[in-house]
Amino acid sequence: MELIKANEAVVKAAILAGCTQYYGYPITPASEVAMASAKYLPKVGGTFLQAESEVAAINMVYGASGAGARVMTASSGPGISLKQEGVSYMAASELPCVIVDVMRAGPGLGNIWPEQGDWNQVVHGGGHGNYKVIVLTPNCAQEMCDLTILAFELAEKYRTPVYLLTDAYIGQMMEPVNFPKERVKPARKDWALYADADSHKNLVSSIFMSTGGLEEHNIHLQEKYAEIEKNEVRYQEVMVEDADLVMIGYGFISRMLLSVTEILREEGYKVGLLRPITAFPFCSKRLEELAGQGKTFLDVELSNGQMLRDVRLAVGKDATVHFYNRMGGIVPSVEELTNVARGYLK
Amino acid sequence: MAKDILQKPGAFFDQFDRKGGAQKTTHYCPGCGHGNAHKLIAEAIDDMGLQDRAVFVSPVGCSVFAYYYFDMGNIQAAHGRAPAVGTGVKRTRPNSIVISYQGDGDLASIGSAEILHAANRGEQMAVFFINNAIYGMTGGQMAATSLIGQKTTTSPYGRTVENEGYPMQMAEIMATLRAPVFVQRCHLADSKGIMDTRKAVRKAIKNQAEGKGFSFVEILSPCPTGWKMSTHDACEYIKTNMLPIFPAKVFKDESETREPFFREIPTLTDEQVIKALELGMLGEPQPRDEKFLKNFTTMKYKFAGFGGQGVLTAGVILAATAMQENLQVSWIPSYGPEMRGGTANCSVVLSKDPIGSPLVVKPDVLAVMNDPSLDTFENDLKPGGLLIVNSSIIARKTKRTDIDTLYIPLTDIASKMGLTAAANMVLLGAYLEYTKLLPLEHLKLIAPRGLKRKELADKNVEAVEAGAKWVRENITAKKTKAPAPVA
Repeated sequence: MELIKANEAVVKAAILAGCTQYYGYPITPASEVAMASAKYLPKVGGTFLQAESEVAAINMVYGASGAGARVMTASSGPGISLKQEGVSYMAASELPCVIVDVMRAGPGLGNIWPEQGDWNQVVHGGGHGNYKVIVLTPNCAQEMCDLTILAFELAEKYRTPVYLLTDAYIGQMMEPVNFPKERVKPARKDWALYADADSHKNLVSSIFMSTGGLEEHNIHLQEKYAEIEKNEVRYQEVMVEDADLVMIGYGFISRMLLSVTEILREEGYKVGLLRPITAFPFCSKRLEELAGQGKTFLDVELSNGQMLRDVRLAVGKDATVHFYNRMGGIVPSVEELTNVARGYLK
Repeated sequence: MAKDILQKPGAFFDQFDRKGGAQKTTHYCPGCGHGNAHKLIAEAIDDMGLQDRAVFVSPVGCSVFAYYYFDMGNIQAAHGRAPAVGTGVKRTRPNSIVISYQGDGDLASIGSAEILHAANRGEQMAVFFINNAIYGMTGGQMAATSLIGQKTTTSPYGRTVENEGYPMQMAEIMATLRAPVFVQRCHLADSKGIMDTRKAVRKAIKNQAEGKGFSFVEILSPCPTGWKMSTHDACEYIKTNMLPIFPAKVFKDESETREPFFREIPTLTDEQVIKALELGMLGEPQPRDEKFLKNFTTMKYKFAGFGGQGVLTAGVILAATAMQENLQVSWIPSYGPEMRGGTANCSVVLSKDPIGSPLVVKPDVLAVMNDPSLDTFENDLKPGGLLIVNSSIIARKTKRTDIDTLYIPLTDIASKMGLTAAANMVLLGAYLEYTKLLPLEHLKLIAPRGLKRKELADKNVEAVEAGAKWVRENITAKKTKAPAPVA
């Protein structure tokens, strides 16, 4: 068991997951991921390279992934915006990689405090074209480890970029983490470029010029996303079963909502917490079920309601969904959230 | 006697199946230079026996379809990004022969950062820059290398210095950098030009195979369609109009003297990896008994002081010590809007249950190392909580009467030991001696761990002991209204 900063847990977990390459550009509050990569990757025979730009970084990731490596990069809001072209190319070329987004507050330069304003650009595809990527939302240091390892597995299984969508608070936290004792040895990929005789016919590309070729490729991608939605939905529930009010939040907010749940349960209120662990695929079916049971919802976000749209789509127009948010790097206190929730329980 | 063998290089596909349609011909216009450039590269790869190892980075522009023709590993890059993509390939597969092939819009405009930095890193790749001073594929628009006065679809009145500046001389720019090993500009306007290009292409690829570094070959190439000229006139245009601006010459060649460098990727055992990752530094937990854990009431801490007083570390060490008891712990530094009063501070939570919010707003224990910290957080302490004041620095007393307060000269005690920076360890030693929340022995075990300067390890243990000693000697009436730790 280690006591470790969550942003560093990502790096150690990635290395244990077989990641050998990191290409990135420093940005607060994701820089610890780059710094830990710079420290540890060379020690295990891997590559850390500080790229000249976010754009170059994601394209180096593209090249390394095309060459068969398990590869990672990390950034935050403005940097993720810059990477989107490359993410679209990777999704289209079906290249696996792991991208860590330690969200900060926007829009524009904003500030370096925690926010959840990247949901739209990450979960709904900020780049061009009809693609989606798997998005995991850790809420503690142990999950920064476990979900990083899962991210590499899913990225290769579905040949897609996978995001770890987290925030400035989660990234800065130190908590106990149990790391695996063995390093994953990824299998050879039959599509990648190993610079040898067996792979020299391989082509990594996202250009489809033949008539109907691109439509066919798009349909293939959508089928893949449907498969991901079928298999990979993950969420956590705390005392949802008998709850009248189900609070919904992810990342750091879910930690605060856990405290709120405990406080209000002690006061005798029937309140529960639903925490999406995968943002795509989203726990829409479960939300629909809960709505069908007549539950009321409270969505709490550090954004203008970017996840709220997905929640509302899932529960339908008859369900009551309350919304509480802060923006611009302001994080509500547990007391503040408890009062808000209590207001809907009376 | 020498014998001429006229055949397609083996590094080309025999038939261009990826192209569809007429599978024996290329998609290039008559008189275009790409065909020649492709052939020279394919021939060199073939002759040097590098086909299996070669990875061709297909660019954006007319040569976007290079993968139709080259029978080798192919990866298609976004506009301008070929050198970055090539970097990822090369770093992952040091044995690969990376061929980065770009046009002028690609390399000299949208990808100017990528080429400059790949060159500056001395990335082990061969870059072929096809300069035809125009955007071919997109429909004859102006390029960064278009000549002054050149009419294109986006400079219909001719390029002017005032509006678009001067043609970018990429080979000259590359040659100013230290890392590139070989920089040459050549052209495809006549047989001699093609033969010079052939030599340059071979040298660039050979350099890479020999680990000599980054080679850059700029090739002036005719675009009869874009220039709206006959093939013959296009070649003449290169000679009379382009060469005076873009002289064909070797700008830099250190191929003979450059020390070869081959990146090697070592194979590590799992044990070596675990060690490199510095895992297991805290050792195995040594919990006292199940009763302790079962009865433990959640404790919330705030440590605050100047940067450099070690308040963040104090929090980390306390959390790590609590882990010895299998407690859940969280530590979070002051971050964001709650950073107030010019102090550094951190929140620590110890609990037997999963921890909700790790942010401590109302601590059970508040330790303050300087005046602003006391001023800022004094009123946040829970009634009945414990306040520890560094009396070496803070002269005033608390106004609160509903709390338990220890005034300890933390900095003086540490200074007397010769290590002022260990005041935080004095603090922890005093706290645990006073409350007996966790065994002092565990703290002494944890305190030295993770220190980079090993000679400080003993000092840290000494500081813990000094803090505990101060409490034993100065506090007689133990406890108190502070939240009761469970023994």
